[in-house]
Amino acid sequence: MSKLLVSTTVNGDPQQFLCDPDTTLLDALREEMGLTGSKEGCGSGDCGACTVVLDGEMVCSCLVLAPEAEGRQIATIEGVAEGSQLHPVQRKFLEHGALQCGFCTPGFIMASKALLDRNPNPSESEVRYWLAGNLCRCTGYDKIVRAVMDAAAELRQDRRTAA
Amino acid sequence: MPSPAYHAPDTIEQAVALLAGDAGARPLSGGTDLIVQMRSGRTAPSSLVDLKRIAGMKGIRASPDGGFAIGAATPCTALKDDKALSAAWPGVVEAANLIGSVQVRNRATMAGNLCNASPAADSVPALVAAGATCLVAGPSGTREVPVEEIPAAPGRTSLQPGEFVAEIRLPAQKGSDAYLRSIPRTEMDIAVVGAGVSLVVDANGTCTAARVSIGAVAPTVLLVEDAGAALVGSKFDDAALDRMAEAVRAACKPIADKRGTVEYRTAMAGVLAKRVVKIALERAGVSA
Amino acid sequence: MNAPKQNFRLVGTRPVRPDGIDKVTGKAIYGPDYVAAGMLQGAVLRSPHPHAKIRGIDTKRAEALPGVKAVVTGADFPQAGDKMVSGGEGGAANLRYVTQKCMAIGKVFYEGQAVAAVAATSRAIADEALKLIEVDYEVLPHVISIEDAFRDDAPPLHDDVFTQGLAEKPEKPSNRSMRFAIERGDAASAIAGAAAIFSGHFTLQPVHQGYIEPHACVASWNADGQGQVWCSSQGHFAIRSMTAGVLGIGVADIRVQPLEIGGGFGGKTTIYLEPVAMLLSKKSGRPVRLAMRRDDVFRSTGPAPGAEIDITLAAAADGTLVGAEIELKYHGGAFPGANEVYSGVGTGLGHYKVPNASIVGWNVLSNIPTMHAYRAPGAPQINFAVESAMDELAHKLGIDPIDLRLKNIVRPGDIGGSGVPLGAIGYAESLEAAKAHPHYSALLGPNQGRGVACGAWGNYGGASTAAVSLGEDGSVLVTEGSPDIGGSRASMAIMTAETLGIPYEKVRVTIADTSSIGFSMVTGGSRVTFATGKAVVQATQSVIAILKDRAAKLLGVPAEEVEWVDGAAVHGDQSLTLAQLAAKAGTSGGPISAEAMVDPHDWLPGFGVHICDTEVDNETGQVMLKRYTVVQDVGRAIHADYVEGQMQGGAVQGIGWALNEAYVYTGAGKLDNAGFLDYRMPVASDMPMIDTVMVEVPNPAHPYGVKGVGEVPIVPPLAAVGNSVSAATGLRMTELPITPDRVYGLLRAAE
Repeated sequence: MSKLLVSTTVNGDPQQFLCDPDTTLLDALREEMGLTGSKEGCGSGDCGACTVVLDGEMVCSCLVLAPEAEGRQIATIEGVAEGSQLHPVQRKFLEHGALQCGFCTPGFIMASKALLDRNPNPSESEVRYWLAGNLCRCTGYDKIVRAVMDAAAELRQDRRTAA
Repeated sequence: MPSPAYHAPDTIEQAVALLAGDAGARPLSGGTDLIVQMRSGRTAPSSLVDLKRIAGMKGIRASPDGGFAIGAATPCTALKDDKALSAAWPGVVEAANLIGSVQVRNRATMAGNLCNASPAADSVPALVAAGATCLVAGPSGTREVPVEEIPAAPGRTSLQPGEFVAEIRLPAQKGSDAYLRSIPRTEMDIAVVGAGVSLVVDANGTCTAARVSIGAVAPTVLLVEDAGAALVGSKFDDAALDRMAEAVRAACKPIADKRGTVEYRTAMAGVLAKRVVKIALERAGVSA
Repeated sequence: MNAPKQNFRLVGTRPVRPDGIDKVTGKAIYGPDYVAAGMLQGAVLRSPHPHAKIRGIDTKRAEALPGVKAVVTGADFPQAGDKMVSGGEGGAANLRYVTQKCMAIGKVFYEGQAVAAVAATSRAIADEALKLIEVDYEVLPHVISIEDAFRDDAPPLHDDVFTQGLAEKPEKPSNRSMRFAIERGDAASAIAGAAAIFSGHFTLQPVHQGYIEPHACVASWNADGQGQVWCSSQGHFAIRSMTAGVLGIGVADIRVQPLEIGGGFGGKTTIYLEPVAMLLSKKSGRPVRLAMRRDDVFRSTGPAPGAEIDITLAAAADGTLVGAEIELKYHGGAFPGANEVYSGVGTGLGHYKVPNASIVGWNVLSNIPTMHAYRAPGAPQINFAVESAMDELAHKLGIDPIDLRLKNIVRPGDIGGSGVPLGAIGYAESLEAAKAHPHYSALLGPNQGRGVACGAWGNYGGASTAAVSLGEDGSVLVTEGSPDIGGSRASMAIMTAETLGIPYEKVRVTIADTSSIGFSMVTGGSRVTFATGKAVVQATQSVIAILKDRAAKLLGVPAEEVEWVDGAAVHGDQSLTLAQLAAKAGTSGGPISAEAMVDPHDWLPGFGVHICDTEVDNETGQVMLKRYTVVQDVGRAIHADYVEGQMQGGAVQGIGWALNEAYVYTGAGKLDNAGFLDYRMPVASDMPMIDTVMVEVPNPAHPYGVKGVGEVPIVPPLAAVGNSVSAATGLRMTELPITPDRVYGLLRAAE
């Protein structure tokens, strides 16, 4: 079986890679493109550590086949900061100590940003249910939820200021 | 094990040809079950036929009769974003949005949930209660099949070689529906028991039609006709609800496994069935 | 609260951690992320049987597969005899068993034990090659549960394991690998004469640490016998010792490079992959990566023991505890050597004064992975029994549960579990804080119950090395050997900057590899901020001494007259800042740096009091956690966020243990829930906010009062949740996890 050539866009940049048809997008990102910020915690969609945004929707990249990325837009943790300017979600995670080991953090940031992109004013309960697909074993979620709520408040403030 | 071939056809006909031409081919839409099964070695398809690039396979269309046609590759979260569908069939939409996480639901589809043929599939009892049908595409054209006829056994469907579910069709809503499941956590679980109901209530508050469906208590999702019959003609008094729950429990033939015991599953099927009826009644504007 | 007010500039604040940006941008390199040039991908074949003899392994077809570069089996391992090597959490490990946890030799003792490994040019080829390896097994009868394995007629796993700790050496081998007991006074008589007695049997299943990062490493072994290992662990020095021991090579010939670690909780203080990767590298001549998948982690790394515990606890009418009899049986797993029974027996009653006590512990071997440390190892299990019994006594005597505890707690001056008098402990303060907390007096809704439980952990010291050096611009580099799992680099930087009197941002902290700094014990036992912190502060103080000396030289004054104040050497009205002194280092005596080695024994235990509200659905048995408060004597918080984070994270792990987590085995002895779907750790929507109260009773033996905070918070939650559900239902919860079907069964049985 020969490999497939996949042309896709990752964090706004064109990318081409070769893969076996049953390679996951997660493995392609990590092994073919060197983007190891997306993590494998389970390989079965149960932990969310590999969360990326595919054509505007967050997905577990371990549950996407790499060939499916053909012609699609992929956003990963490596593209969240603009240059050296952290996204408010990233900054709030740091300011709240919302990470301990940090392994689940890229997935949480991708999921949290996806939430705030669609709902700028989530309730605590909405945050918790939205993030239920991301496992964190270190923090007990308290500081993560606070960081996301705080990032939402700051983003709302920014929007008001900009308006 | 060589890697399977990957195809992304543009038309239903091409997809049928690819599936019919390879006995080891599997359709791929959300992939949230299939990819996990491939990785664990439980299944090893010789080719994958990705349905997502076929026109019309994604999206929700209003049918002329007031119902809905849902493309097989429509992810569960898209159902929630469709206001008309959510208003008409909140039970179905909620059931589909209990599967996995948001990440998973952004990929997972009701057609995939159905064709994975798990007795614990969350969206299936809701679809069965709703009286939903499938448009099945295959080598001899298309046919319309009631949803409950698709699963044949755990992990096995009644689909013939080359066939796949292209569309799920919901009838016009004449009443209300609801679905609940029992899981030990609040999210990210497989249903220990699931129960769906669809009701029609007349102006006097009398039940004129009812379909009750339960999941994870038998090899396939069950439509419990006796349970529906117990409600029809009643005003949802306690006696009718008890008869309905009794019919539900009588229909249960669960296994005991890591997710639940026979006794618990059977008892919960009755409890959840009563609760979904009450939710559906509330939605119908009737206070039980 | 409670701490005498001291004016610290930085201690107790919440600055951004030095490694933070790497971790929120995806740049940080964890175990599975490291790539070496020319690296091969490995895969491990694991036993499908829980107990079997290996008659033979045929690897020829695998070796012939194109792309396969090396295959190893147990035959490639030096046959280590019984030899102890320094392991994790202060304990020593028997090399013979460490080896078999990496690769079976002649026999498999649990499903998932490694039997062969392959290195190939891709993971897919390596996986394919595994299918070509033929293992000839002779399946043996297996035992899983403590009850089955403990029986006299149970099939023994090992014919050379005899119960240790008995008065006489037994004649028959046994799965009861060890008995350990503490006896004082006359428990039986005291119980017989008591006003209130509770007796009960408590059951817990094994649980996993559940770190999100699976184990992974890259190893490279050169023809000259020198090798490197890149891996994430809780202690790269321990990885080095054990890997060198298993391979029979010198420790200086392995350089272990620590990568960022994605959670450990005790589970990453040992080796599973490293020697295998080393041997594959030796055979192939190329670096080799081995990475576990999630099911490998569940099946083949050490969980925490399940337990069967019998307890009788007795009190006088005024609530004074008079006697206790406890027999605990802990899962040991496949090999002897698990330490949990010692700490279980030692800590079970350690937070109370009980004059008459008999605590007998048994380590019980069975065909499951060997138990490994998990946060306060051995303590939560027995605490569940003890704190449930306390709750029952409080009910029987009509005494408020916190008052009952206050009546019986250890206080400063009492003798602790290890026989050392307890100094500045803050247990009473923690109980008073819990009692005063609004949560304790808040009204409960229908079907809700409130539970309280207390717990302790001894904490630890342990060997640590740290170095502090100055850059010529006045920046400060701290080099240490304790992997940072939960923000310890930030704590080290705070303590260094506080000591030097300079801004936090001037200090940078590196976790150095085994060849770049002296020995440090593993990150575990709540020891790092205490012991490594001491080493860092001591090295910093040595640097200050050098700086004062240099200043004296530059100012032409006697060194003993120079003081260090707010980041500068001061003599009268003259001063030289750290930056000025650093700039002049080259002309005043050369580079400025100092190293410190510590092995402190003046740690103090920590105490926690947890308050838990649950609501029970009487129709379904579903338990919802409504409110949770953690009160803990933390000594003093260096970085407050990461102290609270330990309290919250530990509590939620304990809550998961109480409500849902458990190893579930099939009748065939196979793990039935080796994934996050059915091994149900708490998700965000399961939890409320976890309120924290840091009670600060500083440890006078630490320059900043540190006691250690990581372990205590997992000790009380099992009973706190259990007591809460018991209050909500009126039924004693004696078996974990408290799943809906279990609660439902108890509710219906009670009707």
